Amino acid sequence: MGSRASTLLREEEIEEIKKETGFSHSQITRLYSRFTSLDKGENGTLSREDFQRIPELAINPLGDRIINAFFPEGEDQVNFRGFMRTLAHFRPIEDNEKNKNATTSEPLNSRTNKLLFAFRLYDLDRDDKISRDELLQVLRMMVGVNISDEQLGSIADRTIQEADTNGDNSISFNEFIKVLEKVDVEQKMSIRFLH
Amino acid sequence: MFLSLCPFDNLVCILLGISFTVWFTLLLVFIIVPAIFGVSFGIRRLYMKTLLKIFEWATLRIERGAKEKNHPLYKPYSNAIIAREPTSLEQEIKEIRRSGSNRDFDSASEFEMSDIFYFARRGVESIMDDEVTKRFSAEELESWNLLTRSNYNFHYISLRLTVLWGLGLLIRYGFLLPLRVTLAFTGVGLLVFLTSVIGLLPNGRMKNFLSEKVHLMCYRICVRALTAIITYHDSENKPKNGGICVANHTSPIDVIILASDGCYAMVGQIHGGLMGVIQRSMVKACPHIWFERSEVKDRHLVAKRLSDHVEDKSKLPILIFPEGTCINNTSVMMFKKGSFEIGATVYPVAIKYDPRFGDAFWNSSKFGMVNYLLRMMSSWAIVCSVWYLPPMSREEGEDAVQFANRVKAAIARQGGLVDLLWDGGLKRGKVKDTFKEEQQKLYSKMLVGTQEDRSRS
Repeated sequence: MGSRASTLLREEEIEEIKKETGFSHSQITRLYSRFTSLDKGENGTLSREDFQRIPELAINPLGDRIINAFFPEGEDQVNFRGFMRTLAHFRPIEDNEKNKNATTSEPLNSRTNKLLFAFRLYDLDRDDKISRDELLQVLRMMVGVNISDEQLGSIADRTIQEADTNGDNSISFNEFIKVLEKVDVEQKMSIRFLH
Repeated sequence: MFLSLCPFDNLVCILLGISFTVWFTLLLVFIIVPAIFGVSFGIRRLYMKTLLKIFEWATLRIERGAKEKNHPLYKPYSNAIIAREPTSLEQEIKEIRRSGSNRDFDSASEFEMSDIFYFARRGVESIMDDEVTKRFSAEELESWNLLTRSNYNFHYISLRLTVLWGLGLLIRYGFLLPLRVTLAFTGVGLLVFLTSVIGLLPNGRMKNFLSEKVHLMCYRICVRALTAIITYHDSENKPKNGGICVANHTSPIDVIILASDGCYAMVGQIHGGLMGVIQRSMVKACPHIWFERSEVKDRHLVAKRLSDHVEDKSKLPILIFPEGTCINNTSVMMFKKGSFEIGATVYPVAIKYDPRFGDAFWNSSKFGMVNYLLRMMSSWAIVCSVWYLPPMSREEGEDAVQFANRVKAAIARQGGLVDLLWDGGLKRGKVKDTFKEEQQKLYSKMLVGTQEDRSRS
């Protein structure tokens, strides 16, 4: 029910998450309340079924891929830290101006990391390359049964042709970045919070 | 030694007898007799006003306590967490493409790798905050109402507040709860007994008249058993015979609230146990519509029985909750179209509970019925408003689903609730695949549409 939400999360943990992800104190407590309300098993972690219970996510054609992004390789449960780490990718970039912390590493919501999130949605086997097969599978998820195999195949071929610069017939992360260099990633992959 | 105890024993007995008599007389005079005649002394409203003042004080105390410790207070997310733009799939994807496009003309390519941004963002937005899952758990309150069950900041409570809370606990469990349980048993017992007696009478006007009076009286006692303070609005629109009354559903108490102000024919499944006993005796006095478990699945049978009842103008209006399940009173979810297909006049009713005094929502996955009733009876009070909306009928060219949505929108508007298209059945079941297929179709149109343009040029 989320009624004891803020009291179960210790202040030190909130500070750590703040440093790692850049979310504010109130955003973290609210998202913790959300996390506990999704956690039907009440064991402090979320499973894939917990995510699938959200109707709006279940009807998203790429719902399963997005859910997968929360779970590290080979694991079936995600704790609150992991949950926040993945959500941090969608923080607006302007917010970084507000809390200038001393981290030298790149913030989770940088343009590159946002693009990496999107890249990983395509890269099914996590080998850092988008092969023609993977692209086809993801396309099939997005269009359902409404487009024929041949049409989809030609769309995939064209896309790879345009993006592939080193001729290995697959798209690497750098090629991916190059194709999308003009797109307003900062705005389109950001979610605005209301405080 | 035996003799010396006796007078003491006697004294205790006499004292007990006197206090019991006083107690019972007070009960009778202040609660049961007014219930029989439908009048009110106004005690409950006074009680409500006093409580509100105390709650405000308690909340201020907590806020002060939190400020002293320099911590931000946990404010419940009764409002949305994130800003969601209501743009359509097509609009958004076009925008994304336009921002990244090297080309000048609008109908650029069929597919761009950046299209995935739309789905990713929508997906993560729904993970952070969605419209549906929060409807199935109790609403969170802004101020504290001295019940542990709704407190989120309990490490900021001062001593004075704890004393007040302890006092509240004592009053609620020591005085109010036994009082209410007594009343509840009285009300239910009288209902079962009197309706069985009336059932022995021959059918006719006398029977209907008596049945009405008995039902109203017993429901009024039950209302007092919950300390329900109800405000009825627009009573001129009260449902009439031959009509169907539809209302939004928050808890089984909804039935008691509506039935204490008017007579309805109930619809439902026959249960076993105490519930079944009550149902069977009620139907002796006036015709309610009870279904066997097996009959519930047969939609035609249900529809036939309902329309037969409605056509007989001497029978009472039917009371139905089209959502099919309990929702937490912040929104109205999809109405099942069955009751709207029958063609009778629909009398919509909006019920809105005031969550400050006690949360009326029955979270059936968390609490069983008995546990729920005990929680209800140990809250401060149940305060709610009932609005009788003007009757509606199905218009020309409107099908049952559109009619249902129109009624739902009217109820949501009046009660100040969010009007949702989602099915309340999502509380327990999975969402249908057709919704995902719709999204896929929309997106495919974007890809294929441009293909056609290409082949043309």
